[in-house]
Amino acid sequence: MEDIRIGVFICHCGTNIGGFLDVLSLVEYTKTLPNVTFATDNLYTCSEVGLSVIKEKIKEHDLNRVIVASCTPRTHEPLFRSTCQEAGLNPYLFEMVNIRDQCSWVHMKETEAATEKAKILLSMGVAKASLLQPLEKFTIDINPTALIIGGGIAGMTAALNLANQEFRVILIEKEQELGGLLRYLYKLYPTHDNASKVLEIRNLVENHQKIKVLTSTEPVKIEGFIGNYKVSVKRRDEIYDINTGIIIVATGAQVLKPEGLFGYNGSNIITQLELEQLLKENKINVKNIAMIQCVGARNEERRYCSNICCMTALKNAMLIKELKPDANITILFRDIQTQGTTYEEYYRKAREKGITFIKYIPEKLPIVKESNIEVYNDYLNQDISIPYDMVVLSTPLIANPDSENLAKMLKVPLEENHFFLEAHVKLRPVDFATDGIYVCGSAHWPKDIPDTISQAYAAASRASTIISKNVLEVEGAIAEVDEDLCIGCGICIKICPYNAISKDENGIAHVTEASCKGCGLCGATCPEKAITNHHFTTKQILAQILASGGK
Amino acid sequence: MTDESKENLTEEWKPKIIAFLCNWCSYAGADLAGVSRIQYPPNIRVVRVPCTGRINPFFIVKSLAYGWDGILVSGCHPGDCHYISGNYVARRRFAILRDLMIFLGIEPERLNFTWVSAAEGERFAKVVRKTVENVKSVGPNKIFNKEW
Repeated sequence: MEDIRIGVFICHCGTNIGGFLDVLSLVEYTKTLPNVTFATDNLYTCSEVGLSVIKEKIKEHDLNRVIVASCTPRTHEPLFRSTCQEAGLNPYLFEMVNIRDQCSWVHMKETEAATEKAKILLSMGVAKASLLQPLEKFTIDINPTALIIGGGIAGMTAALNLANQEFRVILIEKEQELGGLLRYLYKLYPTHDNASKVLEIRNLVENHQKIKVLTSTEPVKIEGFIGNYKVSVKRRDEIYDINTGIIIVATGAQVLKPEGLFGYNGSNIITQLELEQLLKENKINVKNIAMIQCVGARNEERRYCSNICCMTALKNAMLIKELKPDANITILFRDIQTQGTTYEEYYRKAREKGITFIKYIPEKLPIVKESNIEVYNDYLNQDISIPYDMVVLSTPLIANPDSENLAKMLKVPLEENHFFLEAHVKLRPVDFATDGIYVCGSAHWPKDIPDTISQAYAAASRASTIISKNVLEVEGAIAEVDEDLCIGCGICIKICPYNAISKDENGIAHVTEASCKGCGLCGATCPEKAITNHHFTTKQILAQILASGGK
Repeated sequence: MTDESKENLTEEWKPKIIAFLCNWCSYAGADLAGVSRIQYPPNIRVVRVPCTGRINPFFIVKSLAYGWDGILVSGCHPGDCHYISGNYVARRRFAILRDLMIFLGIEPERLNFTWVSAAEGERFAKVVRKTVENVKSVGPNKIFNKEW
C-alpha cells in the first residue's frame, strides 16, 4: 500500500486568521493526525514565499498529499493545485481546508470555539486527503465543423456568421429551398423593409465557399459528443454521414392553421400569413377589415403568448391603410403587447392612423357571423356589431411536429409546448445541457426577425468558442463505472442531466468522459455502488464524516 | 460529583452539526457570510460536495450513526442548480428520508434541508442559527446508543 505523506500548510492570512484562531496550536494538533508528515504555518501561504515553501517541503519531505488551511477553494484552489503540479505532484492530490471564510471570519468573538472548530475541519481535511487519488485531465479532439439544422433566417444567419469566421459549415434544410417562413412574408415591422430584401442573405449563404447547403435533407440519427458528433442525414432516399464538432438547432416553427375557429375558411376569413400573400400580390380590394388577436393562443390548450402576432397585426393593418386609406380596420385584442421603445411607438402610430382597437375578454369571445362580428366591448360594457368584408385571424407560431423526433435524436429537452428548452434561461440561454448543441430562432419559442437574428449570432458565437479550439480539456473529477459491479439497471442513465451515460453492447453503463460534469448524481443513486465519483468518492466523504465523529 | 460532570451541568450543551454544502451555491453563500463578517454559531463542520444530488441518504444515516447531533444539507435554489436538476433529485431523496426518519422515531429536527444561493451570505448565517436551534430543541443524539 502507498505510504501516505501529507504536508499541511496553515495560513495566518495576516491577521485574518491569525488574529482570531490560535494557529500555532492548530499546527501542533495537526502534527498528531494520522498520515501527517509535516505541518507548518505561513503568514501568507498564497504569497510568492508561501508557494515556494510548499514546493520546497514537497521535495524535502517527499510529500505526496498537500493541504492548505486558509481561505476558500473557490478562489485559491487553482493556484495551490498548480503549485503542487510545479513540484511534480498530481494537482488532484491537493486538498483545501476553509478556516477563514467559514471559520475565523464568522466566529470573530469566539477564539477558543473557533480554534476547536478549525481543528475538526483540519482532521476532516486530513481524512479526505489520505484517500485522494491522482486524476488526469484528458483532452478530446475537436472537429472544427458546424452542422446547422434548419435553413430559415436563424439557420442562415448562424451559418453565415460561422463561415465568415472561416469555419466549415454544413446547413441542412428539409424543404427544397432555403428561407423558411420568411419566404411568405411581405414587409417586416418596424421598418417596412421588404422581406425579400432580408432574404437576400440566401445568395450569400448559397455562394459561400465555406458553406455546404443540403436541401431536402433531414437528420435521421445523431451520435457522439461535443467536438465529435456524427449525424446521419437522409437526402432523396439516400443516407449520408456528416461529422461535425457542434450542432445548431434552427428548425423554426410553423403558423397555426385555425381550422374550426372563428369561421376560418381561407377565402375571406384568413390568417395573417395568408394576408401577407394577398398584400404581396396587391390583392386587397375590400373596405371593412377586422382582425382577431390571440386566435388559438393564451387559452387552455396553448397557454403561451406567441410574441409576434400583435406587431404583425399592427404592421399589416398599417400597410393596408397605406394602400387603401379609406379602409376601416378594427383590431379585436385581449392585450396589446408591444414592448420596448420602437414597438410601443409603432403602436401609437397605428392608433394615430385611425385603426380601431377593441378589447375583448376570453370569457366572451367574438362571434363571427356572415357579414358582421358580434363582440362584447369590455371598455363600453356592451355588445357591439362590426361589419366586415374580410376577417384576419392572428394565430400563434407553434412548434414543428418533427421537433419531438429531433429532440429525441439530440437527447435534448422540449418544454410543455414542444419548443426546444435551453439549459438555463439566463445563464445559458442558447445552450443545451448537452455540450456542443445550441438553439436559435423560433425553434426555441416564437420570435420575430430581429430577435431571431440576435439569437442566431449568439448561437454562432457560443459554437465558435468550441470549434475554434483544436482540443478541449475535460475535467478529471468525473464518474466511472465499475463494469463488474454494474447490473445494467439504467437508473444512472435516466438521472444523468447531461446524457453522459449510455449502455454498451453488453448492457453495462458507460460514462462518456467528454460529457460528464462530475455532479455525482449517478453515484448517489446507483443501487450497486458501481459508480465512483472521483474526487468526491463515497469513501472520501464518509472519511470526512467519521474523522471527527460528531465532535 | 467530579469536576468534569459539574462542568457538563453548568456549561451550555453545544450540538455538533455536519453540513453538506454544494460547491456552487451554498458553499459560496457560506463564503460570502465570511467575507461580510456575519457571525453565526461555531457548531457546523462543512463537507463540500459538487451538488446536493451527490449526497446519498446513506451519508446522513451514517452521520447520525457516527454521533453527529444534526445535519444540514444546503443546495442551490430550485431552478438554479449548476447541474440543472441535481437539487430536485436531492429534494425528492430527502423528502423520503425525512418520512423514514420520522417512521423510525428519529427527530426530524435533526435533518435540515434548505437552499442558499451564492449571493445569500446573510441567509446562510440565518440558516445555521435556525439549524442549531432546531437541533438544540431535541438534545444530544443518542439514537444509536440507546439500550433496548
